[in-house]
Parts: sequence; structure tokens; C-alpha cells
Amino acid sequence: MKYFTSWPAGLPGRPIKTTAMKQFLVFIRKEFFHVFRDRRTLLIMFGLPLVQIVLFGYALTSEVKNITLTVIDNSRDENSRQLVNKIRSSSYFVVDESSIDYNDVLAAFRKGSAKCALIFPAGFGNDLLHQGKAQIQILTDGSDPNTAKTVVNYISSITTAYQQEISRQRPLKYLIIPEPRMLYNEEGNGSLNFIPGVMALVLMIVCTALTSVSVVREKETGTMEILLVSPFKPLLVLIAKAVPYLILSLLNIIMILLLAVFVLNVTIKGSIILLFLESMLFIITCLSFGLMISNTTNSQQTALLLSMMGLMIPTMIFTGFMFPLENMPKIFQLISNLVPSRWYFLIIKAVMLKGLGFKYIWKETLVLLAMTLILLTIALKKFKTRLS
Amino acid sequence: MTDKVISCRELTKRFGDFYAVDKITFDVSKGEIFGFLGANGAGKTTAMRILCGLSFPTSGQATVAGYDVYTQQESIKKNIGYMSQKFSLYENLTVEENITFFGGVYGVPAATIKERSRQLISNLGLTNEAKKLVAGLPLGWKQKLAFSVAIFHEPKIVFLDEPTGGVDPVTRRQFWDMIYEAAANGITVFVTTHYMDEAEYCNRVTIMVDGKVEALDTPGNLKQQFNASSMDEVFYQLARRATRSAD
Repeated sequence: MKYFTSWPAGLPGRPIKTTAMKQFLVFIRKEFFHVFRDRRTLLIMFGLPLVQIVLFGYALTSEVKNITLTVIDNSRDENSRQLVNKIRSSSYFVVDESSIDYNDVLAAFRKGSAKCALIFPAGFGNDLLHQGKAQIQILTDGSDPNTAKTVVNYISSITTAYQQEISRQRPLKYLIIPEPRMLYNEEGNGSLNFIPGVMALVLMIVCTALTSVSVVREKETGTMEILLVSPFKPLLVLIAKAVPYLILSLLNIIMILLLAVFVLNVTIKGSIILLFLESMLFIITCLSFGLMISNTTNSQQTALLLSMMGLMIPTMIFTGFMFPLENMPKIFQLISNLVPSRWYFLIIKAVMLKGLGFKYIWKETLVLLAMTLILLTIALKKFKTRLS
Repeated sequence: MTDKVISCRELTKRFGDFYAVDKITFDVSKGEIFGFLGANGAGKTTAMRILCGLSFPTSGQATVAGYDVYTQQESIKKNIGYMSQKFSLYENLTVEENITFFGGVYGVPAATIKERSRQLISNLGLTNEAKKLVAGLPLGWKQKLAFSVAIFHEPKIVFLDEPTGGVDPVTRRQFWDMIYEAAANGITVFVTTHYMDEAEYCNRVTIMVDGKVEALDTPGNLKQQFNASSMDEVFYQLARRATRSAD
């Protein structure tokens, strides 16, 4: 049996020409084969954002409608009645004015028959007219913090509106405490805030986890060794590994944005090109992070664990789209500065929701750029030390 | 000197106080099947990594395919093939795609790849499997394919790192037929193995103990020299002298 003798031989003495670009393309093609043949990769890549968008868009909506609000009016004056009417006329609340005692309210909360309550102290209107300020108490069920926060926000904004209205009629300025805090999202569209959040989260996970796993996989299967022995430059191996994920991640962004616009009715206010360029930068940040992880680990499990578990939770917490960063202790606020997605989230919010241009986000862009350079340098250094 | 494709002179690799490779000296001629033996931790892998252009020696000289291991690693890489004990093709690529990929990485022109891979696939009897994923092939076939891929770009030397691990005796025999054929075509074969019957197939064998070359000759001469009936015995006599345990 002859295996090789009948090979069409190359020209004798033919020098093997290695055109780097050609090698590079061959490599990238191979990477695409890997991605398209691995259902899990594809599922993570495109299934994850889909699920997240649907979950955050519909299931996890923070919008509250027709919630029963127990009102206890101990003052029963003109002002308290006016405010209650305002609340009633909003579509958010069904007002329940069953005259129950303050102590009974707490019992009702424990039983779960009350979800939120608004309490006017005796002399509410009097305080307001004569001292210029008065207090109301909003009780909410803290075991459901999202609804609770939303309720507080709604009532606060209604109260502010009312306060402005009466201030206009009279010479004095009136103040009803608590101060409302609803700085964004006036129309109450819950999708607005989380779309940038999902983009940040998905890109962070997809890029970081998948690149790190794809490099480590080659180490595990032993093919990395073959690649290193080949004339293919080690640095090109890393870049070629990252390129398919860059392309796929850009497709991913398009998908997320299409879903946001056509399914969740979010309008993109700023420049799409800017949005894309910034996203590309963030993707490169995440890819560098993935490469760094892959150069410090040897098994796919470790890489996956590090990038999924190690990143998912900090990303969710410190990006600022689920939990407001301003309310966190100082130390956590400082830590959040180290999370790349936090900066990307700010950028995307500014461009997409507020329609701001580059001059408002250059600082954030610079931070991302610096992070990318640092991560990439570490990744390459680690890669080189592994080689020798 | 022209037909010496590998040449080492007092090649040394030191990690701190540890001499992984300690002043090894040998030559390998063109078309030779050169067995590189040694217990685990004897320094085989380290020496091989240097010769493949993966790491630098601490001292000594060596040239591979005429290129210097200190300064011409890139040229060395272009002129060698490599196959390791771990199965080293992509499981989720087809037979054809694997050949195309590695051919491309080594810069074989596309037309040559096409023609040669068609021929190779038919010679290996894999015509029906050409478009199937490598993952589905039996191990023996995979190893034969891996070897063919390693010499696909017609390197001057092919390094085989325990290529037949886990393969059944019949397939191993076939595998060695392939090695003989490659050697007959002028490709130098540098092979490490733990199977002593395979050592008998080599033209010359070197046995490393504790980073040093303790024996280097044809299997026949070695058996005579150590007054042994088989390579197994030769190896055992030498390996017993080792003071270092596996790393």
C-alpha cells in the first residue's frame, strides 16, 4: 500500500511561500466551521439575547398597573382629597379608601391583602398651607422591591405634579415630602433602561466566554500545540480566534436593536453609526478579556466558570441597569468603575436613549479604550510567557 | 555535512538548577528513522520542543533542516511536520477540511492542496468519509490521517511524539508502513515512543537518561553492546540508572 508516493509533488526545491493573509483567512474559515457546528455556541450566542430581551421586556417589566392602593386619610381636608383624586385618575392605581386604622394596615400587609398604602397625617392640608411643607407616608411591600420602588416612584411623581399645580395658584411655594425620584423614563416604558443593559450583559458574556473557551479548547484537544509548531504566528492565532466572534457579536447587536425597535417599541435617538463604533470597541474589550482568561486557564470548564460565573454576576450588579449604583456603598461604587460593561452601559444609554453625541461620551470611551489596551497587553504577555 | 538534517552539539536546557537536557550531541541524516527513547522525565519532550522551534536552548548548538534553533525558528517551523501523542486534528471539521486547513497554514498552494488531498483521501481509503466529521473515525484512522496531514506540506523532517499511543497492534504496524514510506521519500522521521518493538523498527535509536544521551546506535548494535536479547532489555538496563523520577 502506497500512501504518499503517488502524490502530485510540488516543484522540486519549491520554496514554501507563506502568505500571512492567506493563512489568516484559512484560519478564520476554520473558526467559523467550529462556531457553526457547535450548537451550544450558537445557542449561547443568539439564544441568550433573545431570551433576555423577552424576559426583561415582558416578564420582568417593572411597570405596575391597576395596583390597589390603600389610602388612610387622617386629615380629610381639601388638599389630601385633591391628591387622592390625582392618584385615582392615573391608570396605575385603584384607590381603596376603606377607613381602616393605621395598625390594621400593618396586619393587612402581613396577610398580603395590602401591597401599598398612602397615609396622610392629621393636619396635612394645614401644614401645607401654613408651614409650606407637609409629609405623607408611602408604605410598600418590601418583599417585592421592584414593585415597591415603582410604586414609590409613581406616587412621588404624582405628588410633585400636584405640588407644582398648587404652587402655581398661590404665592407661596409648597413642598410635599418625600421628594420624588424619577429622573429618567418619564413615560414609564420599562424597556428603555434594560436594552442597553442587556446589550452590555450579552456582549460581555458572549464575547468573553466564547473566546476564552475557544482558545482553551484547542489547548485541551492538543491542536494548539500543532498550531504553535506550525509557521502560523502565535499572535495571529489569538487574533484569528477573536475575529469570528467580533463579526458574530456585531450581528448580535443588530439583532438586539431590531428586537428593541420592532418588538419593544424603543426608539433609537442617537447616531446608529456611533452606537456601532462604540459597541465594536466594547466587543474588543470583551474579546481581550476572554483572551486573557484563556491564557491563564487550561480547561474549558475553568474558562467557562470564570467567564460566566465570574463575570455574569458582577456585570449584572455593577453595570447599573438592575440596581442603581448611586445607592450602593462607596466601596462598591468604586469597584463598579472596574467593570467595563458599566462604561458601555453609560455610553449606550447616552447615545440610544438620550440622543447625545460623541462629545458627551468621550470620557467613557477613553476609559474603555484604556481597559482594552491593558487587557490586551496582559493577554499577550501571558501568551508569550506560556510559550517559552 | 549536507545530509545531516538535524545536528546537535552539547545542547542544554536548564530550568534553574535543573538540567532538563544536559549536553546532548547527535546527528540525524536525511531519510533516517531516528528513535528517541527515554523514561518519562528524561528530557525527551524538552529536547524535541527545542528542535521544533518552540523553546530556546540554554547553551550548545543545534541546527534543524539547516536552520539555527536560536535565530531561525520561523524557518525551522516551515520545514518540519509535527504530530503529537494527543490526537491532533479538529474533531468537528471534516477529513477534507482538516487537510485543507493544515495545508493552508503551511502555505501549500490551493491547487496543490486540492489535487493532493483528493489523492491522499483515496490512498487512505477514506473517499466515503471525506465529507464526514473526523470525530466519527476510528482512532487508528485518525492517527493515520494525522500523520498524513503532518507530512502533507512535504517537510524535511517530521517529529512524531508517541504517535501510536492507544492504537491496536495491527494499526500500529500499518502506521509504521507509512513511516517507512515517508522515509523512503526522503522525509526524516524523528520519533519518540514507549513501545520497544517500535524501537526495533528505527534505523538508529538514542536513549536518554536524566537529560543525557546514554546510548546511540542501531538497535542491533545496542543489543550487542548491552548484551541483551531485545530493546526492552537495553532500555531497562539504562533506565534503571536514572536518579530522576518523572516530572
